[in-house]
Amino acid sequence: MLGKTANGLFWMYRYLERAENTSRLIETGQRIALTRLGASAEEWRSILETAGVYSGYASVHDTLSKEAAIDWMLRDPANPSSVLSSIAAARQNARMVRTALTHEVWEATNSAHMRAQELLSRKVGERDLPGVLGSIRQRAALVRGATHGTMLRNDIYDFARIGTFLERADNTARILDVKYYVLLPSVSAVGSTVDNVQWETILRAVSGRGGFRMEYGASAGPREIAQFLILDKRMPRSLAFCLGKIRDNLGYLDGDSGQRSPALAKLDHIETTYLSHDIDAVFDFGLHEFIQKMLTLLAEIGRQIEIDYRFYE
Amino acid sequence: MDSGGLARRWWVMSQESIFDEMWGREGSLRDPYRRFSGWLDGEDPKRLRAKQREAEDLFRLTGITFNVYGRAEAEERLIPFDIIPRIVSGAEWTRLSRGIEQRVRAINAFLFDIYHGQEIIKAGRLPLEMISRNEAFLPQMIGVSPPGGIYTHIVGIDLVRTGPDEFYVLEDNARTPSGVSYMLENRETMLQMFPELFARNRVQPVQTYPADLLRSLAACAPENTGANPTVAVLTPGIYNSAYFEHAFLADQMGIELVEGQDLRVVDGRVAMRTTRGYKAIDVLYRRVDDDFLDPLNFNPESALGVPGIMDVYRAGGITIANAPGTGIADDKAIYSYMPEIVEFYTGERPLLGNVPTWRCSEREALAYVLDHLDELVVKEVHGSGGYGMLIGPTSSKKELAAFRQKLIARPSNYIAQPTLSLSTVPIFSRAGLSPRHVDLRPFVLMSPDGIKITPGGLTRVALKKGSLVVNSSQGGGTKDTWVLED
Repeated sequence: MLGKTANGLFWMYRYLERAENTSRLIETGQRIALTRLGASAEEWRSILETAGVYSGYASVHDTLSKEAAIDWMLRDPANPSSVLSSIAAARQNARMVRTALTHEVWEATNSAHMRAQELLSRKVGERDLPGVLGSIRQRAALVRGATHGTMLRNDIYDFARIGTFLERADNTARILDVKYYVLLPSVSAVGSTVDNVQWETILRAVSGRGGFRMEYGASAGPREIAQFLILDKRMPRSLAFCLGKIRDNLGYLDGDSGQRSPALAKLDHIETTYLSHDIDAVFDFGLHEFIQKMLTLLAEIGRQIEIDYRFYE
Repeated sequence: MDSGGLARRWWVMSQESIFDEMWGREGSLRDPYRRFSGWLDGEDPKRLRAKQREAEDLFRLTGITFNVYGRAEAEERLIPFDIIPRIVSGAEWTRLSRGIEQRVRAINAFLFDIYHGQEIIKAGRLPLEMISRNEAFLPQMIGVSPPGGIYTHIVGIDLVRTGPDEFYVLEDNARTPSGVSYMLENRETMLQMFPELFARNRVQPVQTYPADLLRSLAACAPENTGANPTVAVLTPGIYNSAYFEHAFLADQMGIELVEGQDLRVVDGRVAMRTTRGYKAIDVLYRRVDDDFLDPLNFNPESALGVPGIMDVYRAGGITIANAPGTGIADDKAIYSYMPEIVEFYTGERPLLGNVPTWRCSEREALAYVLDHLDELVVKEVHGSGGYGMLIGPTSSKKELAAFRQKLIARPSNYIAQPTLSLSTVPIFSRAGLSPRHVDLRPFVLMSPDGIKITPGGLTRVALKKGSLVVNSSQGGGTKDTWVLED
């Protein structure tokens, strides 16, 4: 496979995942605003930060408002990570790697883009927001489904998966990075309304409320939430799960060549050093420091994969 | 062209009769359309209209688009597709393909000669300045013999029809002809929408084109290549107007689609950067113009090509399809010599007609053209895509005057031809069936194993009533083209 094709696949799936994650964040923010609990502009700031688009927002907007924040995250072309920009970028990459995709995957991607353009051609009102967001996530799910159901399990698929899980791990880490303080034992006055809302925000942002309740019970607190999002290998958006998937796929790639790549070595190191202890160890290390470290390591893995598989040179 | 009389006769003749390929003068149905018409009569126009829309949705979803230059970056547009097929009988096709094959052989022989002994010039059949002053002539190719002796691996011959047995070559496309993906997708779309039509009509298949193309390209690999040559398609990238086609062909052939930045010369071979290192390429089907192919040998500004690829090529390390320098054969000034060229190299009379052409570089011809500007079509010698041309009869006084100035300023930049009355084929319009002018581009593959012409080709249709411009960049559409098994 061409290095360029690997690069295109990796980014196509990163952008698809990003579109989905951003739409989930918007939904979370909107939901909190509706419940009138902690529905301040500050909340939108933390949502923008979680999506990694706050500085961009602040460079064109003087004030923080719900409408402006939603529009920025949803459809502003000046925001390269807006839902619309992400879907357009995913499709652009898909065009570049068209020969590596099945018809079904290409058509699902192309029609996701066509639909997003249609839905996001003008500002989306509050009333339409849930429908629009739902529709976009559905389209992204169709691409994932087509990928799952029609693509050969070869290096093409491996790069698609690596892109997906690297983006997802990054997203989960950023959610934790912005909200880590509400999970710290020292601050959490158990049962306070504010904290409950904050915890709920975190779980909603990873579509994990149901799963969490099922596995940890309704009264579980911040420690369990941290455990769930960082170490729980059953949770498909946890760091441990995502990194495990990246490791598997890097392993398949190495299996094809019979050589162990530096990226895989790095990943093994992360898993043994940071993800094979229990959650107490994470808190001992310092939750914030831990998350910061993970974000740095994720970026390093991405760079190493670029080098190992000749994305650019 | 010395005789104005011939051209005038042509002009008068063409005004009198427009040949419709479906219906004769008295409204009688022509043979190839008999079965189709029977089917059409039983169809509800409402259903057909819905099908027409369905076809468009299908094209949009598949992403069969082209990018329009000079508009917003990467604006992608659909080429309109018309559901009424253009139908040619097997006998008509057999006659045509003989003429096409003859012409393509002559073009290839001409190219070899022009870059080697130049016998045609020594024989006095072609003036030396047609070559020496021609920007399409590539001095870097002098003395170079491409693998298998093939210059034109893929050729598109643009044909127009003016009567039952009258076909003329309007243009030879010997560089990187495009449009073949539309030929294939048009058929695919028709098969999906009207399967019943293909049960009633025995239409010769076009679907083997990608496999034929791959086989033909592989057969042109450099001499010491193993049994399975590595073939790749070179594209300028996703912003190129024909990117869809490049990706489509690579996909259909199951080979890599590469850009200049994926390639470099490694150990005397052109190689592509894969996730496992560099892999040598034996045959490169390039969809990049000569000028951009190699910044070391041609345009130094080019970021689309591969530095040093020409040196590898000259050393016999890679096949470039089509060979560099083939543009000299589809130059519009050379076109006017095609009857001589065909005769010189094949020893036969040309089976396909050439449209009479005035070379405005010649003083008498220029005078004639200036006198008859309102009857003629004037084209740029190196132009393509229907840009920069004048259609006399449909132009305003002001347009004519402006063009006259351009013509006087640079006469050698232009050729002129009579306005042909292109044949018509009905399209399915709001008002039902309406005749529109069409042309035809069959696609020809050439290798040491022989010449293969896909039955049919791309029919382009001017959707505007009365218009003669079929180019997609100028509002033209396409049709599925059927060659029947007789």
